[in-house]
Amino acid sequence: MTATETRFLDYAPAPESASILNLRDSYGLFIDGDFVPGSGKPFATISPATEKKIAEVAYADAQDVDRAVAAARKAYDRTWSKLSGSDRGKYLFRIARLVQERARELAVAESLDNGKPIKESRDVDIPLVAAWFFYYAGWADKLDHAGLGPNPRSLGVAAQIVPWNFPLLMLAWKIAPALAAGNTVVLKPADTTPLSALIFAEIIQQADLPPGVVNFINGGGDTGAALVNHPDVNKVAFTGSTPVGRMIAKSVAGSGKSVTLELGGKAANIVFDDAPLDQAIEGIVNGIFFNQGHVCCAGSRLLVQENIEAEVVERLKDRLTTLRLGDPLDKNTDIGAINSRAQLDRIRELSDIGEAEGATRWSAPCEIPAKGFWFAPTIFTGVETSHRIARDEIFGPVLSVLTFRTPAEAISKANNTPFGLSAGIWTDKGSKILAVADKLRAGVVWANTFNRFDPASPFGGYKESGYGREGGRHGLAAYLTSGKAAR
Amino acid sequence: MTGASLSSSVEPALLAPAARAVEVIGGNLTEKSLRLHLEGLPGVDAVGLEARAASLATRSIKTTSKAWALDATIRMIDLTTLEGADTPGKVQSLCAKALTPDPSDLTTPRVAAVCVYGDMVPHAVAALGSGSGINVAAVATAFPAGRSSLSVKLSDTKDAVAAGADEIDMVIDRGAFLAGNYGLVFDEIVAVKEACRRDDGTYAHLKVILETGELNTYDNVRKASWLSILAGGDFIKTSTGKVTPAATLPVTLLMLQVVRDWNRLTGEKIGVKPAGGIKTSKDAIKFLVTVAETVGEEWLQPHLFRFGASSLLNDVLLQRQKLSTGRYSGPDYVTVD
Repeated sequence: MTATETRFLDYAPAPESASILNLRDSYGLFIDGDFVPGSGKPFATISPATEKKIAEVAYADAQDVDRAVAAARKAYDRTWSKLSGSDRGKYLFRIARLVQERARELAVAESLDNGKPIKESRDVDIPLVAAWFFYYAGWADKLDHAGLGPNPRSLGVAAQIVPWNFPLLMLAWKIAPALAAGNTVVLKPADTTPLSALIFAEIIQQADLPPGVVNFINGGGDTGAALVNHPDVNKVAFTGSTPVGRMIAKSVAGSGKSVTLELGGKAANIVFDDAPLDQAIEGIVNGIFFNQGHVCCAGSRLLVQENIEAEVVERLKDRLTTLRLGDPLDKNTDIGAINSRAQLDRIRELSDIGEAEGATRWSAPCEIPAKGFWFAPTIFTGVETSHRIARDEIFGPVLSVLTFRTPAEAISKANNTPFGLSAGIWTDKGSKILAVADKLRAGVVWANTFNRFDPASPFGGYKESGYGREGGRHGLAAYLTSGKAAR
Repeated sequence: MTGASLSSSVEPALLAPAARAVEVIGGNLTEKSLRLHLEGLPGVDAVGLEARAASLATRSIKTTSKAWALDATIRMIDLTTLEGADTPGKVQSLCAKALTPDPSDLTTPRVAAVCVYGDMVPHAVAALGSGSGINVAAVATAFPAGRSSLSVKLSDTKDAVAAGADEIDMVIDRGAFLAGNYGLVFDEIVAVKEACRRDDGTYAHLKVILETGELNTYDNVRKASWLSILAGGDFIKTSTGKVTPAATLPVTLLMLQVVRDWNRLTGEKIGVKPAGGIKTSKDAIKFLVTVAETVGEEWLQPHLFRFGASSLLNDVLLQRQKLSTGRYSGPDYVTVD
């Protein structure tokens, strides 16, 4: 190999082996501690990178949902609500350790089913899953300090619906606090990414968790609706799109169920002219191209101070040309596959609208594989606040660049969105960070970083980004009620 | 205020008019204009810089890429001995190793240079002979502390060049830098560069050692990198190897970013040399990845990138043997120098 023939930068393939996976051809629903057949028509889950079928998965209809909720109710009444906090904590610690032991397997399964690069599932998703269980395991016997006074009570059966962008991590965000607080769970994974939850079901068996404490049902929107509307559910927790969140809020209104919703976002990533520029470029890239932009808190609107716009955009383009798009299981892949054809169509549609509305489109020069769903990292410049690509959540690797002149204008543009999940501020000046963060209407504000997560930090949105908080003490309180409240 | 200081503020002392600095900052170069330029550079966020370096370090370099990387690493090593106990015999042995790194595999490339103290240069020149393709680099300017008068530093440099050194590794005056006397540091580099001039008008290659472990902050490293390039350095080098921490990946990444920015500004190509603490092939490959993904793989050549190292070579040789035989040998299958 010489510098002229093959470039060093065309790194030789470094695939993570999928042989660690011990997959079944078909998976049932996980109810009352066992895999059981579903009553609906089974569906296939495919790899978005190759469109090849991975496994067949049972589909739950309303009757199956009923069985799952009944199992969760029984486990709640007979076992889980009667266990001491320290005993619940032991189970959660055990689950956390098993996740660490089977981390490589879970990472491979997640990348295969979701399309995300193995370096992200290996270095971000799975370590955070373990961290979430460890964190809430520690809370299980300390509920008196959750901020609800002495002896707070669990709510009962929690219905939980998670999205496809971080299948196992969102599962952990939902299950860990629910179980620590003493609730039992029926969880529905997204229909394009059921795989990691099914392997997690094996971990639950391995951990010897009492049957029925955690149940998984797979299926589509009707399955989710049956779960949310089930009369014996006490708590609904949903992460997903704002339209579905709105439907859920309507359907549970007046039912007495507690609800937390973590919905869409259109986060502003604000770069001031005194920013640490090289790190800001990395932060912009991480903000919007992490996980192919399939991130509800993605920094999809870059607000850059007008006097450095040209330089920032030029540096950003240079940086994007070094990103590697391709096989999610290759350890050097930076950008994986788009999760589904439907999502790819949406990204294409909104990008075409962006062009039609007059913004300038630039895509990183990368080879697109013949099979599978792919979208090259893309930047739109000349975006105005009235453009749809500045307002709608694209949920893909597409960045809209807008400019501002003063901090006041940056704040006003950042807040000018129906969403309010996250925001980023880049400046070397600490006082400016505090002053601007104070005025941003977003649940999470990152300073000189982006897309960093920690189980101790509450996460959630303003406005159409939802309500309730996940993570930290606040996330625990979402699964508890004051000990004084009547049952 | 006295009349003398008043007049000096009216007519500030001019710095040496190094061509690059005049081009970028403008004529009538002063302490103040240099300071304003250095302080106008964007800041460095330490957490973000280290995170980027850590992410580059996760690249998985296998098979053909690894084979190329190992040979490239050897070609870019400055094989170094910088001990009080250095003798002509030790330097001769080091040069023999530089010429034939692996006697069991003569396809192994030679290293870029041997790096020695100035008084050892004649021995190195003699041991390497002519036409070896291996340069002799000499540390100079009262290495490693640099705590000496300018005249001593200049004669140290001139002696080494006269003795046949192809490259001079000088240290900056960290004390002056930390005291804020950027002009002093600048003028000294310009003077040393001039001392690198040979009788025939050519220059020995000048590497400027920042000693990043003593500069302590990334902001200082960025300023010192710019200062060294502006003053005429051909290479910027992390460390002497005598101070910990020496060549960390984040510090090298930062210096590569400066080199990239300089190239963007002027089209000129400045070299980078991490030195000290890089001991394994695995570490070396992380640096190659960082070079390629920051400033471009064109920099993966001996005239633009070097490793200052002594024990690294043998680890690369062991890895190289493993690639060709499929099994690991041991330290007795590579030669001590």
